[in-house]
Amino acid sequence: MAYLDHAATTPMLDRALEAYVATAREVGNASSLHASGRRARRRVEESRERVAAALGARPSEVIFTGGGTESDNLAVKGIFWARRDADAGRRRVICSAVEHHAVLDAVDWLCQHEGAEVGWLPADGVGRLHPDALRAELAAHGDRAALITAMWANNEVGTVQRVAELAAVAAEHGVPFHTDAIQAVGQVPVDFAASGVAALTVTGHKLGGPVGVGALVLARDVAAVPLLHGGGQERDVRSGTLDAAGIVAFAVAVEAAVKDQQEYAARVAALRDDLVQRVRRAVPEVVFNGDPTDRLPGNAHFSFPGCEGDALLLLLDAQGIACSTGSACSAGVAQPSHVLLAMGADDDRARSSLRFSLGHTSTAADVDALIAALPAAVDRARRAAALRTPR
Amino acid sequence: MRVLAAMSGGVDSAVAAARAVQAGHDVTGVHLALARNPQTYRTGARGCCTQEDSRDARRAADVLGIPFYVWDMADRFHADVVDDFVAEYAAGRTPNPCLRCNEKIKFAAVLDRAVALGFDAVVTGHHARLGPDGLLRRSVDEAKDQSYVLAVLTREQLDRSIFPLGDSTKAQVRQEAADRGLAVADKPDSHDICFIADGDTRGFLARRLGETPGDVVDASTGTVVGQHAGAYAYTVGQRRGLHLDRPAPDGRPRYVLSITPTTNTVTVGPAEALEVSTVRATRPVWTGGPRPGGPIECEVQLRAHGVVVPATVTVDAATLHADLRRPVRGVAAGQAIVAYRPDPAGDIVLAAATITD
Repeated sequence: MAYLDHAATTPMLDRALEAYVATAREVGNASSLHASGRRARRRVEESRERVAAALGARPSEVIFTGGGTESDNLAVKGIFWARRDADAGRRRVICSAVEHHAVLDAVDWLCQHEGAEVGWLPADGVGRLHPDALRAELAAHGDRAALITAMWANNEVGTVQRVAELAAVAAEHGVPFHTDAIQAVGQVPVDFAASGVAALTVTGHKLGGPVGVGALVLARDVAAVPLLHGGGQERDVRSGTLDAAGIVAFAVAVEAAVKDQQEYAARVAALRDDLVQRVRRAVPEVVFNGDPTDRLPGNAHFSFPGCEGDALLLLLDAQGIACSTGSACSAGVAQPSHVLLAMGADDDRARSSLRFSLGHTSTAADVDALIAALPAAVDRARRAAALRTPR
Repeated sequence: MRVLAAMSGGVDSAVAAARAVQAGHDVTGVHLALARNPQTYRTGARGCCTQEDSRDARRAADVLGIPFYVWDMADRFHADVVDDFVAEYAAGRTPNPCLRCNEKIKFAAVLDRAVALGFDAVVTGHHARLGPDGLLRRSVDEAKDQSYVLAVLTREQLDRSIFPLGDSTKAQVRQEAADRGLAVADKPDSHDICFIADGDTRGFLARRLGETPGDVVDASTGTVVGQHAGAYAYTVGQRRGLHLDRPAPDGRPRYVLSITPTTNTVTVGPAEALEVSTVRATRPVWTGGPRPGGPIECEVQLRAHGVVVPATVTVDAATLHADLRRPVRGVAAGQAIVAYRPDPAGDIVLAAATITD
């Protein structure tokens, strides 16, 4: 079994798992006033400080959430509502064309139901966003802008954005900038304060923490209207009993991932480069997608001309190799990736894509297993795709 | 063998997949997404392509411990089944979309893709028997028998098909599903046409073909006895929903005798005018052993769940001709004629062809 889908989720670190179990054994609601509550509260606040320190933020800027999707929704909708409430003219959401669906669909919902309009930030052929495009957008529509949202690193093709440059343009116009850094934290250096962003999404299970816990790092001067109303536990922006065990494990994982980032990136990037080289040798006509150098260390994303990605996935799965088409599913039906389409790929190239993502448990044997299985799989997938009648 | 189990989300295909696993095959489950805009939930017993059905199929595959994928066949299904369905009605014929789906999708597009990907056969939950002799037979459960809609499959298609349910009744299949812990054990059967969720075929056709008002003509008098909104909406043998202005002179009910798209006319008449004693059909498929040189005595079925009548059948490469021993009413062009040879081990499908007149 070769697990090459760490970008979907990666195994928990032993340290995080142990911290989770130890905390989960303790009773205590962090909002209670008695000794058990105080103990839980202390664990949560220590975790907040650890996360803040690891990400270059202040503790009060860390809002714990139920994960990446919630953080993205809170940032996009919450900041939109707050900005619109303060100035009814600010209804434009400036959104990159290569966002994850957690952002994209939140923006779409605002357009459908809250009178928002969207300004798309285009990506180039490697999935990169350009400050000039943002500058032009803000020059034309800056007075209507509610917020800007653009991810730190792309989950499909792995391209890492120059977030600080984009955030600086946003700052010139005083428009809050949210970045989804789910794939970036632990993979590349991420510093909230230094980046100049107003809000940053991070989640646990992509960096060795548990599923179902994450944070929105939200600058203190940025208002957000809550999605969840109730006890007001997190700065009155997010309600719900705090998941002390999850938060503790999340903090342990964030701290470890950030501390080990350089060493991790060097090791995993070397494995990934080997994978890319050998895939190219095995299937010479393959197209390597995303930025060739400025990319996530564990990400390798290819289009296999003449193949369908989902057929390749099935064939590799049967050989014990786990990878992803990286595209969104509706009723399990693969749609051509909006990221690839935004990068100028046609439908066929978008549908022919596969993502292999390495992580902290990856070894050379995983790459060997992929290279052993890939040529036969590509051959079969080609024969299957050739059956397709022209539409 | 490495086999692909087509899993609709219903009880039959789940048990068929389970039996394939039990038989020692290396089984992969596939749900076919056929609807372009799938509904989230099932409503009633219609349809088979909602997201809920997809989840039911996946859940069954998980219980069986087999890989599971969704294959998007919506474009093919639309072109080969839905558009064909509409075109056939527009041409005054009465298609059977389930049969067409088997012929063009399940045992063609899906089977071909499966073979290309290295699978040896496709497993489905159809109620029909297909034994080592390669002959397709009726299910032991006559009420659920689906040999009629499978009879169009060629020798090559049958050789790569596995129908594990043919020796079981529906009740046994449900019981087995419950015993295996499959949650779909008591899921209602699907009925009617899966892509017409509300069951209103006439409305569906009207949306596709538009309203084209025309005359309803009495066959014996030649007089116009009513109006229709589109001749395509009628089926030979139909009695209900004619909305005739004038009763027949003898007061007896009238039936649709024929549909003429060129003049947009629906012709009606008495029941006995529906009676047919010879049937001509095209595109014959013979799978019941070597094709005979001359006429043979057998039984024929002229629509799904229709009556079975003895007949003399002659088949050549392009046509099938049947002389029925007793007249049958309501034979519609576009439906299949399927010839069976009675057999104690299950009536054997000899041939199938598309009725022309």
